[in-house]
Amino acid sequence: MLNVRDLGVAFGVVQPLSGVSFSVSQGETLGIVGESGSGKSLTAMSVMGLLPLIGGRITDGSIEFDGADITALPERAYRKLRGGKIGLITQNPMTSLDPLKKIGPQVDDVAKLHLGLSNADARARTIDILGTLRIPEPALICDRYPHQMSGGMKQRIVIAMALAADPDLLIADEPTTALDVTVQAQIIRLLDDLVKERNLALVLITHDMSVVAQTCDKIVVMYAGRAVEQGPVEEIFDRPRHPYTQALIACIPRGLDDATRLTGIAGTVPTVLNYPKGCPFHPRCPKAEAICATDAPDFSVVGESAAACHFAEVAHAEPA
Amino acid sequence: MAIRSLDAFARMSIGRAFASGVGLVAGGFLILLVLVAIFAPWIAPFDYAAQNLMNANAAPGWPHLLGTDEFGRDVLSRVIHGARTSLSVSATAIAISMTAGMTLGAAAGYFGGFFERAVMTVVDLTWSFPDILIALIFVAIIGPGLTSTTFAIAIAYLAQFTRLTRAQIVRLKRETFIEATINLGAKPSHILLRHLMPNAIAPVIVVGMLAIGDGIVLEATLGFFGLGAQPPTPSWGAMMSSGTAQLFLSPWVIIFPGVAVAITVIAVNLFGDELIRALDIRDRLRGA
Repeated sequence: MLNVRDLGVAFGVVQPLSGVSFSVSQGETLGIVGESGSGKSLTAMSVMGLLPLIGGRITDGSIEFDGADITALPERAYRKLRGGKIGLITQNPMTSLDPLKKIGPQVDDVAKLHLGLSNADARARTIDILGTLRIPEPALICDRYPHQMSGGMKQRIVIAMALAADPDLLIADEPTTALDVTVQAQIIRLLDDLVKERNLALVLITHDMSVVAQTCDKIVVMYAGRAVEQGPVEEIFDRPRHPYTQALIACIPRGLDDATRLTGIAGTVPTVLNYPKGCPFHPRCPKAEAICATDAPDFSVVGESAAACHFAEVAHAEPA
Repeated sequence: MAIRSLDAFARMSIGRAFASGVGLVAGGFLILLVLVAIFAPWIAPFDYAAQNLMNANAAPGWPHLLGTDEFGRDVLSRVIHGARTSLSVSATAIAISMTAGMTLGAAAGYFGGFFERAVMTVVDLTWSFPDILIALIFVAIIGPGLTSTTFAIAIAYLAQFTRLTRAQIVRLKRETFIEATINLGAKPSHILLRHLMPNAIAPVIVVGMLAIGDGIVLEATLGFFGLGAQPPTPSWGAMMSSGTAQLFLSPWVIIFPGVAVAITVIAVNLFGDELIRALDIRDRLRGA
């Protein structure tokens, strides 16, 4: 369905993203994890063809969707994909809806634009979709303004808009960041159900490893604009090879009876302007050696997963 | 859809401007004034152009409630008809200015780049000319009269509307819901007309409202200098101008049109302030 190969993105001379590869097929959920500034959202924007609008460009690699190369698709053609074949759910539902338009027309517009439906058909479809998203009294909701709704409800409306034109691929960029924990769980479950019911391909971008563990089939761990480890979710959680992945997993709170303290990762993500030489993680890595500061590691495939670490083969021998 | 949201916005907010005492009085006066202007021929007790030299410079009394001017014309009737001239010229000019300014400002703000710089430079240039000079240019080209006045007022306020609209669009363009709309595959025209404009329009309407007051003053000024309405068309400015000759003999000729201008402009500004409060846009007006 979606096949990203060796993607590199540049803004002028800075290169915030390089060598990112992954693929998702129908009915599959891919998680992209990493801290803020690791290039997760940029990856999503590349797939949506939004880079030219913010002054970036794809310098390397290719993005293939539905068997066709969409890397250099002109804006006009991309518009048909956006919202049509590819739905994007953004991270801030509070401000993702036009405050002056009622809910109904906002969702209707998507189906009218991409499917060429009439007003009445589009509204029927909207009500239908709102219903499947477990929104009570969808017909009434259509006449509401965004400010009359709760955050969780707005996020469902945003999802409804992403689904309105029946896309094949859904990209959710931190869909639950702005929501309450209880609502987060509902939204994640909802997305999970949608993937199964509609046989969608879902790319779930998040910094929450526990969300990934619950929903994803495959994951890509990103750090400083690169994919550092990727593979099937069980494999990554059971045998993380990259020290960064190990650290992320160690950060997941494991319940109160566990006597261990919450752990963090010392240091901060480097910004685009000071990506370190060699392995980008080496300044924060507990296992770094001399080679890490000079040579950028290639992906080494171990079993079903792959990690960009000089010590990927040995790392899994130690328990995470 | 834009119309529908505008409609909702209007019902919701313009109504609220009438809620306070000041808003009610000022707004009520303006509505009354508009009605007077529309029905002037039926309300005015005399023909505004009928001369009666035997009764020139008559003091206020019966039947000429506000007296007569140097040709014996009824001042009240001329003030009533003058409302028609003032309001229609100012409102037409501001409507033209607002339409052009919103179009230019929205396009400049949305497309940016060289186009934006070109538009803003030209528009800012118009701001550097004094209003009277712009009016003189039009008078030189098409002769004195209400058309010149209208265009002069329109150009005088163009920069204000353009800058304000541009500022709104530039601010809104970065909002998440506009990004979301782009993500859903909307065309630029749809984003601009259905999402950006309805959200940008409130402060522009308020500034337009306030500009009508300024437009009335400018129309009176141009009329006073004889660049605006030509006799016998009654205009508040022109009436004051002709009244200066008999300032001490018959002060009512200059006082009543002057009072009409003052009260109208005060009402417009007070109501404009109430609108700003009702629409809660004080912050957004600072951007331009």
